[in-house]
Amino acid sequence: MTMEVWGIAILWLFLYGYMIVGSIDFGAGFFHFYNKVSKKKHPVNSLIQRYLSPVWETTNVFLVFFFVGIIGFFPDTAYYYGTALLVPGSISIVLIAIRGSYYAFNTYGASDSKVYSFLYGITGLLIPASFTTVLTISEGGFLDISENAVTLDLMALLTSPYSWSVVILAVVSVLFISSSFLQYYARKANDEASFELFRKYTLFWSGPQILASVFIFFALSEHNPAHFADMLDIWWMFGLSFVFFVGVVVLTVLKRNLGTAFILVMLQFFAAWFGYGASHLPWLLYDYLTIYDGFVNTTMGITLIVSFILGFLLLIPSLYLLMRLFLFDTEYIRGNKK
Amino acid sequence: MFMEYDPATYSRILTGVTLGFHIIFATLGVGVPLMIALAEWTGMRKNDPHYTLLARRWARGFVVTVAVGVVTGTAIGLQLSLLWPNFMQVAGQTIALPLFLEVFAFFFEAIFLGIYLYTWDRFKSKLKHFLLIIPVIIGASFSAFFITSLNAFMNAPQGFELVDGVIQNIRPLEAMFNPATPTKTAHVIITCYLTAAFVLAMIAAYKLLKGDRNVYHKKALHLTMVSAFIFAIATALIGDFSGKYLAEYQPEKLAAGEWHFETETEAPLVLGGVLNEEGEVEYALEIPYALSILSYGYPGAEVTGLDQFAPEDTPPLIVHYFFDGMIAIGMYLMFISFLYVAFRKFKPAWQYNRWLLWGIVAGGPLSLLAIEFGWMFAEIGRQPWILYGIMRTPEGATTADHVDSMLYMFIGLYTVLGVSASLVLRKMFRNNPVAHELERRGMDKGE
Ligand code: HDD
Ligand code: HEM
Ligand code: HEM
Repeated sequence: MTMEVWGIAILWLFLYGYMIVGSIDFGAGFFHFYNKVSKKKHPVNSLIQRYLSPVWETTNVFLVFFFVGIIGFFPDTAYYYGTALLVPGSISIVLIAIRGSYYAFNTYGASDSKVYSFLYGITGLLIPASFTTVLTISEGGFLDISENAVTLDLMALLTSPYSWSVVILAVVSVLFISSSFLQYYARKANDEASFELFRKYTLFWSGPQILASVFIFFALSEHNPAHFADMLDIWWMFGLSFVFFVGVVVLTVLKRNLGTAFILVMLQFFAAWFGYGASHLPWLLYDYLTIYDGFVNTTMGITLIVSFILGFLLLIPSLYLLMRLFLFDTEYIRGNKK
Repeated sequence: MFMEYDPATYSRILTGVTLGFHIIFATLGVGVPLMIALAEWTGMRKNDPHYTLLARRWARGFVVTVAVGVVTGTAIGLQLSLLWPNFMQVAGQTIALPLFLEVFAFFFEAIFLGIYLYTWDRFKSKLKHFLLIIPVIIGASFSAFFITSLNAFMNAPQGFELVDGVIQNIRPLEAMFNPATPTKTAHVIITCYLTAAFVLAMIAAYKLLKGDRNVYHKKALHLTMVSAFIFAIATALIGDFSGKYLAEYQPEKLAAGEWHFETETEAPLVLGGVLNEEGEVEYALEIPYALSILSYGYPGAEVTGLDQFAPEDTPPLIVHYFFDGMIAIGMYLMFISFLYVAFRKFKPAWQYNRWLLWGIVAGGPLSLLAIEFGWMFAEIGRQPWILYGIMRTPEGATTADHVDSMLYMFIGLYTVLGVSASLVLRKMFRNNPVAHELERRGMDKGE
């Protein structure tokens, strides 16, 4: 693998990490609000809180890592995307800001308020929708690039079927990933009522999830046939993804091995995510910028990769400790430990 | 709205607004964990549950300020690329390393903060829980170090060569450890500690003033004031080094901050004052030799004045007030904390004197103000450069439309966040006053 491919693979991996932990977080926030207004209070919501409270800040860092890393490895993206995305990017920032802070206000701020809960429940679905526009734009056709200006053709973006299919897939996936994680978490907590609820959600969202994925293939084949052709070359990755998906549904129906079921969800998205990413290469921005001409100078590239490896060695044990204390500690999950 | 649309100007204002808001929470985010650790450690060493409770309550409030720090930090991180794409394109080539490392430091901090906050009663050994705050302090202070070294680079760029407008021969470590890095990072980190100590002291002093004479608050006051005194001395010392750095590497910034127009030896320090129509200083307090001493350490030193620079290369003269404001507040904080320490030792009867307590209360907002003044001096004083001597600010800015609407949107956002955060903090501590918590945890009521 060349250094350019290493760079983009590292970033892609972190974005994948953000997609998984972020989806759990966003979906949980939405379910928390939904269960609250639909009066399905159960102990469901305290279960959600027990998971979310210690980890939400960590979730955010995955995202920060990505957008800092991409400037580091591919500084030219700052020029293209930075100029074009001022408005949508700023709106995403506002959504993230509202979500993060109202989550904290609601959880730690002594009182549980419906307005706060609404704010972070709804923003959790809007954030993935707004972020995916970056992926959409990277397919080309939405930017007007001239000698010294880059502008976003907002009309084209809002009227493109491809763009909307990505948004739908993002929202549905969030709900699917999240509920499949929470059913596992609820089962571990011996909380049957919550388990049944999240199992229902998982099965409910599995259909739309797979339909949206299929739809996106059609939309992309219209929008960017070249990319679609590259995807067909590695069709087996998407096939694998589908096999994992079937496994998830089977295990959920059988109510068995839910931990494995969640790992299969992760694998399902891993295969699809890297399949999409690999077929997208070498383009960072279709028809304008490839990973090769946008790459940082070699010295900085090596420095970043070395510091990435060192940093990662520091993070792995810390993340392991976090997971052991809050994810795999049955007593904590059951609420017997504070 | 009031002026012709110029994306660079609006970008500057928006960057200043976001950073000015972020820095309040960032400063507390770096400083408060240290104070929490001091309290928890003292509680453990003296086996005094009051200090442990102090650590707990500080930590609870801290979560709210961290949340706002995190979201505004995320905002500034993205905004740097959105508002300064041309600058980031260059910065990415040369100074991506500290930015990248900063994220690892955050990551490390975030993980352990999560663990620390939710494991108060989880371990049998108290030491184990205490140890969890150490990575939080390290993570926060290192992220301050890394991000400030990036800012230092903007003031003293090095570690690359510019050949026909193309950046070549890049040396990332040299860029990161530039001449501005030592003084700048040290001054930023120590002032975070100082500010956190004063903000927490403010709460204790206020409670004492309002008649809550519980020993709990007295212990809090003592811990914070003694720390603040040490930090205040260190701040002034390192600030003096920062002045010497400026005299050497960015003399026009220092000269603008000091209204030092003509190069001369035995230069006086100008405090306050106004400029009259001829551009002469009036109503100012002049301390003879002091500028020469601040700049080079001896009274006879020659200090470069603004006359040595082309007018288009010098920063706006308003920075003088920011510089003076910061130094005046620094002196005030040192004085007040000294008074407390001296009274406690020599005249304990005056230790809780109303005037002294009010002075300490004022120290909280003033220290935050000093942070704002310090940054405004440092950033506006760097103008017209975004990269000192290399890239002018407008060259780095975006050319996009709508920066003005974004500015209004973010001002709205920060207003809402600021108001909500203060309401939540107030409610949190109102609903659960110290006295209740002391009782609930079975601790004696104080004197
Ligand atoms: C509580 C806050 C606080 C206090 C009391 C002081 N400072 Fe400060 N100062 C800062 C907070 C700060 C800061 C916010 O941290 C700055 C802004 C940029 C930077 O590097 O640090 C700063 C910058 C700064 C600079 C400019 C550095 C540069 O642009 O590279 C100088 C020369 C000083 N300070 C000197 C002093 C002196 C002589 C003080 C005497 C007591 C002092 N400061 C007190
Ligand atoms: C966190 C504390 C900081 C505060 C409070 C702060 C404050 C400010 C202010 C007030 C301005 C506007 C100056 C003007 O328009 O004349 C500004 C500009 C700017 N700052 Fe800082 N700054 C901080 C740290 C940093 C750091 C660490 C960086 C580097 C990553 C940075 C990058 C910039 C940039 C790119 C601009 C716009 C260009 C300019 O006007 O110079 N700032 N900042
Ligand atoms: C241009 C300047 C800056 C940028 C781009 C920036 C970036 C960020 C980002 C991205 C975050 C969120 C990290 C997360 O998700 O956990 C953050 C939070 C924070 N920043 Fe800033 N920052 C800047 C200036 C500063 C300065 C000057 C300091 C310290 C003196 C500082 C200290 C902090 C702290 C303590 C937090 C809270 C994060 C936590 O507790 O994990 N920042 N900043």
